[in-house]
Amino acid sequence: MKILNGYAIVLLANLILVTGCSKSAPSDSDTFSSDPNATPTGSIRIDGSSTVFPISMAVAEEFGEAFPKIKVPVKQSGTGGGMKQFTVGEVDICDASRKIKDSELEACKENGVEFVELTVAFDGMAVVAHPDNDWCDCITVEQLKNIWRPESDGQITKWSDVNPDWPEEELKLYGPGTDSGTFEYFTEAIVGEARASRPDYTASENDNALVRGVAADKGALGYFGYAYFAENKDQLKLLSVNNGTDCVAPSEKTVRDGTYAPLSRPLYIYVSKDSLTRPEVAQFVNFYLDNVDQLSGEVGYVPVTKEVAEENAKLLQAALNRS
Amino acid sequence: MNLAQHSNGRPYAKFASKCFALLCGFCTLLSVSVLLLLLWNVFSYGWGSLSWNFLTSWPSRFAEKSGIWSALIGSLYLIGVTAVLSVPVGVGAAIYLEEYAPPSRWRTLVQINIANLAGVPSIVYGILGLGLFVRMMHLNRSVIAGGLTLTLVVLPIVILSAQESLRAVPSTIRQASYALGATRWQTIWHQLLPVALPGIMTGVILSLSRALGEAAPLVAIGAATYVRFTPQNLLTDEFSALPIQIFNWTDQPQKGFHEVAAAGIIVLLVVLISMNALAVLLRQRFSKKVKW
Repeated sequence: MKILNGYAIVLLANLILVTGCSKSAPSDSDTFSSDPNATPTGSIRIDGSSTVFPISMAVAEEFGEAFPKIKVPVKQSGTGGGMKQFTVGEVDICDASRKIKDSELEACKENGVEFVELTVAFDGMAVVAHPDNDWCDCITVEQLKNIWRPESDGQITKWSDVNPDWPEEELKLYGPGTDSGTFEYFTEAIVGEARASRPDYTASENDNALVRGVAADKGALGYFGYAYFAENKDQLKLLSVNNGTDCVAPSEKTVRDGTYAPLSRPLYIYVSKDSLTRPEVAQFVNFYLDNVDQLSGEVGYVPVTKEVAEENAKLLQAALNRS
Repeated sequence: MNLAQHSNGRPYAKFASKCFALLCGFCTLLSVSVLLLLLWNVFSYGWGSLSWNFLTSWPSRFAEKSGIWSALIGSLYLIGVTAVLSVPVGVGAAIYLEEYAPPSRWRTLVQINIANLAGVPSIVYGILGLGLFVRMMHLNRSVIAGGLTLTLVVLPIVILSAQESLRAVPSTIRQASYALGATRWQTIWHQLLPVALPGIMTGVILSLSRALGEAAPLVAIGAATYVRFTPQNLLTDEFSALPIQIFNWTDQPQKGFHEVAAAGIIVLLVVLISMNALAVLLRQRFSKKVKW
């Protein structure tokens, strides 16, 4: 009997763990209205870029308040990881911090996946230095290329190697790891070839680690998403970027109107047309476009212009009518 | 003067003995102080965010509104599934290897393999889980797929610790049982298991604690980062888990989320400590009952 008691206790412990945990959704927001007559159910699968994740998460949060019966788990396997699943129809929506690649387009065609591409926000990349850096306020695209291109590996190691007017301070580089969409975009925009970068820099997938690195190193130069600069303004110095005409610092205005070139980029969601035939997905994407203007700003991105928003609405309408 | 201090008036040996004691004490102090520093850091950072609201809310884009409910429940479901799957299989395998399998080359091979598997990094099991459970068995990113993957992670440890406990039962007990005419099954069920149970359960709970803190295999099988529902159907519903939620919060730019992450770590620690306390409690309760 003793032994049976023992098992009973183990089983009981499991039961306590497994059951006794059901709860209705806590609701405390009424900013976003919902149609009280319609209570659609279902589940929507979203995966992709970790840069776009905060936007999709914010939309999923508000959508969940409005339609608590629809499950919207949001994942962030990176743009590449999300696309891999999107092209075989495993996910309904793919968050992307870059345009779909030709190879991925090919895979979509092969698997009969048709989609609509919607631009949901703009993101600026901040080029930053240590606050004690008093010699550099503005850096040209040419200089950035000179610093980051693969040939500079071990060659350009001091600030004076970039510009003789700058001191002989050691140049320490910080940037995102090679799996990141930010890395891909930066290398393409600055070096001219995606994924071409010198390897001797401190790389991290965690942008907060990059912030700490740059903030602790007088000779540092780094780049990451603007939101990470905005939250750490007191510890970092933002550099303006000169693309041949003028020194431009990233801000909501310059990122949106495209003058902060080439380091501002659009962020996308790709929606499968097959999935759009499901009412809950159509509802979600509509909700996404209706609210992304406010929500993208709240999570630190730059909302799209009116023209882009109108274009989005047109694209979605066309896709909905077709399906 | 006790035996350890007695050194027959050899001053050098006496000195060395004292030094060694000091060194060992220093090692203890070092490891404890690192732990205390970590705890202090986490608590001072996260204590302010900890509240009933934090425990029972969904995660949010606003740090101050963020909660850990879906991750906490997701983790508890995962551990429940892992326990239900790993305990019977692990203990069964241990009983077979210890009590039934005759010593042979095959047994040795299995034994070495299990010991090796216990040292395999958990991310490897995550990749295996992605291929086997998520893709091949079409379990998708469900709680069951996560639980099965974590079962793979802890199973070797459960087997090894259960074997260890069975081996600790004196062989005279087995011989006495057989001498009285008991069958092998009776011997195992009535003599060995009751004695080995505290040890087995300690091993089980410690390995489940490990499973609770695992993020890598769950990331590999594609557990969700943002979830605002608790799993209703273990076979189909997606889930999030404490380590994944904490990892995501530390990755956000806003300082508020780093505080929330620290609060999440406190919740994870409390769950871990409760599980370990349960292990100690069970151990004490059951070891008292054994009388020969």
